[in-house]
Amino acid sequence: MLDLINVSYDTQIPNNVGLSTDKRVLKALEKWHPGYISWWNDLIPRDFQESLVYLRTAVSVDPKGWTKFDYVKMPEYRWGILLAPQIADRKIPCGEHAGDAAWQDVPGEYRAMLRRLIVIQGDTEPASVEQQRFLGRTAPSLYDMRNLFQVNVEEGRHLWAMVYLLHKYFGADGRDEADDLLRRSSGSQEAPRMLGAFNEETPDWLSFFMFTYFTDRDGKMQLESLAQSGFDPLSRTCRFMLTEEAHHMFVGETGVGRTIEQTCLMMKKAGIDDPFDINRIRALGVIDLPTIQKKLNLHYTLSLDLFGQEVSTNAANAFNAGIKGRYMESKINDDHRLNGDTYKVWNFVDGKMVQQDVPALTAINMRLRDDYTRDAAGGIGRWNKIIEKLGINFAMKLPHEAFNRKIGVFSGKCFDPDGMIITQPAFEAGIREWLPTRADGDFIQSLMKPCFTPGKFAGWIAPPKVGIDNQPGDFEYVKLHMA
Amino acid sequence: MNQPLKQHLIDPEICIRCYTCEAACPISAITHDDNNVVVDAEKCNFCMDCISPCPTGSIDNWRVVMAPYSLDEQFSWDELPAQSALSGEAGGADTSIEALDENVAALLAEAHKGAGGKARAPASASKPTINLYNLSKPAMATVQGNYRLTGEASDTDVRHIILDFANLPFPMLEGQTIGIIPPGLDAEGKPHLPRLYSLSSPRDGERANFNNLSLTVKREPDGVCSTYICNLRKGDKVAVTGPFGSTFLLPCDPQAKLLMICTGTGAAPFRGFTMRRQRENPHLKGHLSLYFGARSPHDLPYFGPLAKVPDAFLGKYFAFSRQADLPKQYVQDRLRATRDHVATLLRDNDTYIYICGLRAMENGVEEALADIARGIGLDWVKLRDTMREAGRYHVETY
Repeated sequence: MLDLINVSYDTQIPNNVGLSTDKRVLKALEKWHPGYISWWNDLIPRDFQESLVYLRTAVSVDPKGWTKFDYVKMPEYRWGILLAPQIADRKIPCGEHAGDAAWQDVPGEYRAMLRRLIVIQGDTEPASVEQQRFLGRTAPSLYDMRNLFQVNVEEGRHLWAMVYLLHKYFGADGRDEADDLLRRSSGSQEAPRMLGAFNEETPDWLSFFMFTYFTDRDGKMQLESLAQSGFDPLSRTCRFMLTEEAHHMFVGETGVGRTIEQTCLMMKKAGIDDPFDINRIRALGVIDLPTIQKKLNLHYTLSLDLFGQEVSTNAANAFNAGIKGRYMESKINDDHRLNGDTYKVWNFVDGKMVQQDVPALTAINMRLRDDYTRDAAGGIGRWNKIIEKLGINFAMKLPHEAFNRKIGVFSGKCFDPDGMIITQPAFEAGIREWLPTRADGDFIQSLMKPCFTPGKFAGWIAPPKVGIDNQPGDFEYVKLHMA
Repeated sequence: MNQPLKQHLIDPEICIRCYTCEAACPISAITHDDNNVVVDAEKCNFCMDCISPCPTGSIDNWRVVMAPYSLDEQFSWDELPAQSALSGEAGGADTSIEALDENVAALLAEAHKGAGGKARAPASASKPTINLYNLSKPAMATVQGNYRLTGEASDTDVRHIILDFANLPFPMLEGQTIGIIPPGLDAEGKPHLPRLYSLSSPRDGERANFNNLSLTVKREPDGVCSTYICNLRKGDKVAVTGPFGSTFLLPCDPQAKLLMICTGTGAAPFRGFTMRRQRENPHLKGHLSLYFGARSPHDLPYFGPLAKVPDAFLGKYFAFSRQADLPKQYVQDRLRATRDHVATLLRDNDTYIYICGLRAMENGVEEALADIARGIGLDWVKLRDTMREAGRYHVETY
C-alpha cells in the first residue's frame, strides 16, 4: 500500500503522491528538474548557494513531520511534491455541482479554466524569488537572511506543486506551460511574469517585509480559495501550501513590526516625541514612521489591484463551476450556490461613489478582496500596539481602497488616502506625502548595510522576540561561505 | 483540588493570527475572536499537533496554574500574564519546573543535586513537556517487548522494555523520565507510588515515527517495581505517569559535543542521546564520547549494539571492574587514562557533560575531572559552576 503521509525519497523528487509508480509523470518531472535547478543556480548569488542555511524541510505532511530543521545548502534543498492528506468522501463545496463527489481528475469542460488558474498561481511563485534575488547581500542579520531563504525555497517548492499538477493532469499542454514557467522572468522585456506586481524588483528589506505582508497575503487568499476547489488534487496541494505560507505572513508582519519598534525605541532614547521630526529621526539611522506609512500605502494598493475587477464574469464562472471557492467556504452558512444573492460593490453614479448591490456570483473577487482587507487590518492593529506601548503618538492605517488604484472602478480617477475624490493637481501635490518618493527610497537604501555577525542586527531593526525553532538569540542561522 | 495544572496558552504579542494551529488541531481545542487565538484548557489534550506548524513560536507557551484561564480571559489579553508564583518553589522560571508532583520533583532534585547547584537545561534544548499524566490520570501503555541485555553468564538481569502508547499523545525528549506504577497495594494497604525510570529511546520513538519508547531496567532483589517490570510480557498493560524532567536534556545544536559518563543502567539516557544524533546528524564525527563502567562486558547493557556504532561517531571508553586477570578499572580511571581527550573537551565551550548512574560514582568522577582541569590550569569548581549555569553540566545519580 502507498504511504501517503510520509514523504518518499525513492525517486530523485521527494513526494507523497506515489511518484515511483507513476512512470509517465516521473519521467516528465525528471526532464523538467535540471531546468529548475539551473534556474535556481543562476538566480541566487553563488556565495549563498554554498552557505549552510538552517531551514525546515517537510518529512511528512502530518503536523508532527513537516517541520524538520537542519542546515542545508539551498541547491540541495529537498524540493518535493507534497499534498495534504485526502479527505474521505470530500464533496464539491460550491457552485452548480455543490454536494457532488469532488473530482479526482480534471473535468473536461473546465480543463482550460483550471489550467489557466494553475498557471497564474504557478507564475507568481518563481517571480517573487526573482524579485528578491539580491536581498541576501544586505540582510540586516543572519536571522533575517535565513527567513528570506526559507521563503525563497518554499516559493520554489510551490512552483513544483503547480508544475506537478500541470504534468500529471494536463498532458502535453501542461508540459509546455511548465516549461514556460521557467522561461518567463520577473522584469524581463520579452517574457515578463504574468501579473504586474511581480515584475517590480524588491529593492530593500522594508519593501520585502511589506511585500510578504501585503502581496503574499493576496497569494494566501488565492490559495485559500483554490483550497476550496472541487478539483481535489488542487485543493490538497493548496492546503499544504497554506501551512508554509503562514511563515511568509510571519516574516512580513514581524519584519515591519520590528522596524517600527526600533524606530520608536531610538526616538525615545534620543528624546524625540514628534514622529514627524523626520530629519532628526533619520539621523538616528532608523526609518521614520511617516515613511513606513507611505510604504504601507504603496504595497497595500498594489496588492488590491491583484484581485482584478470588482465585478467579474470569469470569477463567477470559476465559482459556479466549483473550481474556486470563497475564503473559508466550508464555514460560510449559505446555499454555496449564490443564485439570487447580492453583494455590495463600489460603483460610480453621476460622478459619485456609491455602494451598489450586484449579483453575488459576479462579486466573488470583491468579496475575497474584502476578506483580504479584514485580514490585513489585523496586523496594522498589532503594529499600532507596539507604537502605543513605546509611547509615541502615531498610528498606522490602511488607506481607502480607492486610493492609487490602477485596476477596477477606481482606476483613472484621483483619490486621497481617505477616499475623497480630488483633482489631478491636488493628487500630484499630495503624492509626496502619501507614497514613497525616490528620496525616501534612497534613504532606506542607505540603511541597507549587511550585518552578518550571529546575534547582531542592523541598527534600523529590532531583534525578534523568539528565535526560529526556539533557538537562542546568538544562534548562527546561516553559516556563511563567502569566497 | 489543590493540584496545580499546566495550561497551554498562545502569546498574543507574537501570534500573527494565521490560524494554522486552529486548522491543525484535531479536536478543535483552538478558537479565535477578532482579538486573539486561544486554547480551551478543557479540551486540549497536549497532543502537540499545533506546535510545529506555528510559524512564530507563539503557540509554545505554558503556565502552571491553580485554576485555568478561561477563554474570555484569554480573548481579552494584550499580552501573556507572567507565571504567577505558586506556593513554595514551584513558581519562577518556567524551565526550572521538573515536575508538578511534589514527590517526583523531590526525587529529581535529589538525583540532580550532584551538579552542585540548580540544574539548567542546555540553551538549545527543545522545550520539554511535563506532567501530562499523573496518578489520578495515568497513561496506559502496552508492552511491545522485554529483552535481556546482560549476557547469560552475568548474574545481573538488566532488561530492555519497549512500551507502546498507540494513539495516546506521549511527547518525550531524550533524558526525561517516566513513572511506572506497580499494581497492587503496599504493606499499609495503599496503592504503590510510581518509580522513576529514564527513557532510553529518542523522541521520535524506539522505532522512528512510532509512538513507543524504551526503558533500561535492572532487576533489584526485593524491588517491587523492578521485579514487576522485568517480569512483564508482551501485551501486558502498564500504568505510566509523566513525562518528568526539564534540565537533563540534549542540546539541539549540532555543534554541541557530548561527554557522557555512566555506569550500568545509567546508560539509558545516553542511548537516547546517541540514537537522536544518529537520526538527526549521522555524518558528524568526533562529537560524542561515552565513558561506560560495568563489572565485565557481559554485565554491560547494550554491549553488542554499542560495538556496531562507528568509533568516529561515538568514542567508546569502557571500564571493567571485575575482569579476570585484569586490574580493576572504573570510569574515573578511563577518564584519567585519556586525559588529553577530556582536557580538549573541557576547554571547548561547545562541550556538555552528563553523568548518570549510581551515586557511588559521583565523587570519583568529579575528582578525575578536577585533576584533569587542574592539569590544564583550570579551576574545576569555577568551570563546573559556569558550565552548569550555561546548562552544560548535568548529574543524575541514584
